[in-house]
Amino acid sequence: MKYIDEYRDERIARALVAEIRQRVTRTWMLMEICGGQTHTIMRYGLDELLPSQVQLVHGPGCPVCVTPLETIDHAIAIASRPEVTFVSYGDMLRVPGSRSDLFRVKAAGGDVRVVYSPVEALKMARAMPKRRVVFFGIGFETTAPANAMAVWQAKREGLMNFSMLASHVLVPPAIRLLLRSPHNRVQGFIAPGHVCTVMGYRQYEALAREFGVPIVVGGFEPLDLLEAIHMLVEQLEEGRAEVENQYVRSVSYAGNLPAQRIMEEVYEVCDRKWRGIGPIPQSGLRLRPEYAAFDAEAVFGLGESSVEEPAACISAEVLQGLKKPVDCPAFAQLCSPEHPLGAPMVSPEGACAAYYQYRRHAVSM
Amino acid sequence: MADEPKPTLQLSCPVPLPARDTVLLGHGSGGKLTADLIRDLFLPAFANPILARLDDQAIVQLNGLRLAFTTDSFVVKPLFFPGGDIGRLAVHGTVNDLAMGGAQPLFLSAAFIIEEGLPMETLRRVVDSLRSAAQEAGVEVVTGDTKVVEKGSGDGLFINTSGIGVVPDGVCLSADGARPGDRVLLSGPIGEHGIAILAQREGLEFESLVASDTAALHALVQAMLHTGHPIRCLRDPTRGGLSSALNEIAAQSRVGISIEERAIPIREEVQGACELLGLDPLYVANEGKLVAIVAPEGAEEILAAMRAHPLGGHAQVMGTVTDTHPGLVTMRTVLGTTRIVDLLAGDQLPRIC
Repeated sequence: MKYIDEYRDERIARALVAEIRQRVTRTWMLMEICGGQTHTIMRYGLDELLPSQVQLVHGPGCPVCVTPLETIDHAIAIASRPEVTFVSYGDMLRVPGSRSDLFRVKAAGGDVRVVYSPVEALKMARAMPKRRVVFFGIGFETTAPANAMAVWQAKREGLMNFSMLASHVLVPPAIRLLLRSPHNRVQGFIAPGHVCTVMGYRQYEALAREFGVPIVVGGFEPLDLLEAIHMLVEQLEEGRAEVENQYVRSVSYAGNLPAQRIMEEVYEVCDRKWRGIGPIPQSGLRLRPEYAAFDAEAVFGLGESSVEEPAACISAEVLQGLKKPVDCPAFAQLCSPEHPLGAPMVSPEGACAAYYQYRRHAVSM
Repeated sequence: MADEPKPTLQLSCPVPLPARDTVLLGHGSGGKLTADLIRDLFLPAFANPILARLDDQAIVQLNGLRLAFTTDSFVVKPLFFPGGDIGRLAVHGTVNDLAMGGAQPLFLSAAFIIEEGLPMETLRRVVDSLRSAAQEAGVEVVTGDTKVVEKGSGDGLFINTSGIGVVPDGVCLSADGARPGDRVLLSGPIGEHGIAILAQREGLEFESLVASDTAALHALVQAMLHTGHPIRCLRDPTRGGLSSALNEIAAQSRVGISIEERAIPIREEVQGACELLGLDPLYVANEGKLVAIVAPEGAEEILAAMRAHPLGGHAQVMGTVTDTHPGLVTMRTVLGTTRIVDLLAGDQLPRIC
């Protein structure tokens, strides 16, 4: 298929790997931020191709994984109300809160629906004026603009039966947290291509400068990732720490300005708790007070709550690149996608689930 | 993974086990939850050697005749979709379950569970379509049933069909028959039915030229059997897709299956839709394709017979049966690396980004 096969070409992949092999003189620890990139690495077995000196650890960029338990519990509480039609992206439905998940709410008679776009939720709100339609607005900077647009449009139309449970998270503060940690061992980052398509990559320059770490914006196809790894290895071997863009067919320096404007209009930056990691200052987006009438947290009066994260699994260390999923004693034993002990096993994009689904034949357990 | 050491760690599990106390949609997905339900609830209740084969059809001996017997329920939404409708599907699904046992399908039953308020014209169209599909397949609907449920207790129309066929002498196909060295054949491009349906779903509508591949496969099976070469097992990869069919065979035959990503035909429109929606075509449903496990020496001739049939024109050898990793399906990717093709826990879920 055109524009796909070109980026999955075995011959070019092997040539890139040969170049990396030739260039690398010592061990480098690299992290891809985004769960979609982790998924590609595992699905195509890129770790199998790379020389052993290039070590990949997997970052916190799976929005499903890092959405806090409290938010899932709020979603479940709202979705369980008889007057509510609760609308979500598909992979949130299986994520367990502290007692239940959205699939169970649906099984118990809750009106829970899966869509690909928040615009569909708006359509439902228009078509069913007597129902209260709530959209579960989660994700990184990638999904934030479309979700913001839905809220903006609802306000403009006076669609008062629509609201959004917003729990957006931002990538740069998470990278900053990882780099500040005394345990950090990551020496180069592959920045998330979809996030940068929206935001550009200006924000990453301060990180590269401040921490002396190279950052390459990477795409999601196997050759994108191999090329990004090649660019990182080049920088590391040459002692450079710059921001470079591998994903030029989608990402520009300034990003998508109209998308940034609608985000600015609708959201404000806030502190946010990340599941498996904990609170990160200034790492989230919430609806501005002007949009409170469309903020499900306010509309349904859920207030603050705090749930203890399960202590059993090592997801915090996995999400910060300190350990790999297979380092966990519970991996594929007590913990599997059917019985997840922690967040990264829940979503197919979580690092643990990706290892389990594609690679468990290749690791000794 | 049967011979793994028992975990010695004692971890308290704070996360609910999502599937033990309530029936979820995932229990009907054809993945792990379905397999668990069958193993833990249905099999113990009805235990008998015929059922224990866990094939798509039961084969029973009666006065020297081997009868194939099967049943299937159809709950597809929407009722009409590009390439077919619930009526055609109700014939093809059951005919194919019989055909996968090597049987010549003969008779069908048809039971209609109708929600009150369904337009009579809709019912008439479905019945017409079911009749013509049965006629084309050379089977007769010889008994039936009608139930009407209150508005809200159904979803327009559900159909159940059961079927009986005769298995010719010398034909013995079963999912536990695969042996190391056998070849894995696939009759054509995958994922068409699932994508055609998905494109019509509320909230997910997208413009698509993909039509369902729904078709009766018994004539193709007869053509394959006529080659006289040994066929171990046939499966039609319906819900749960190619992955589920191969995983079932690997588990029941206690063998590994190794497939080639490059050898799996996928139409561009289907691949495009899957890329866009974040779905893996290996898990998307088919209604007119089959997977065959055949002895290596006859593979070429069986492949030629498939390709000579209109429903097998794009047939491929897509893999081999191995003695490594029993119970696991692995795939050589387009990059030459190897990955697992796992059974999904429940339905494949559209990803966020």
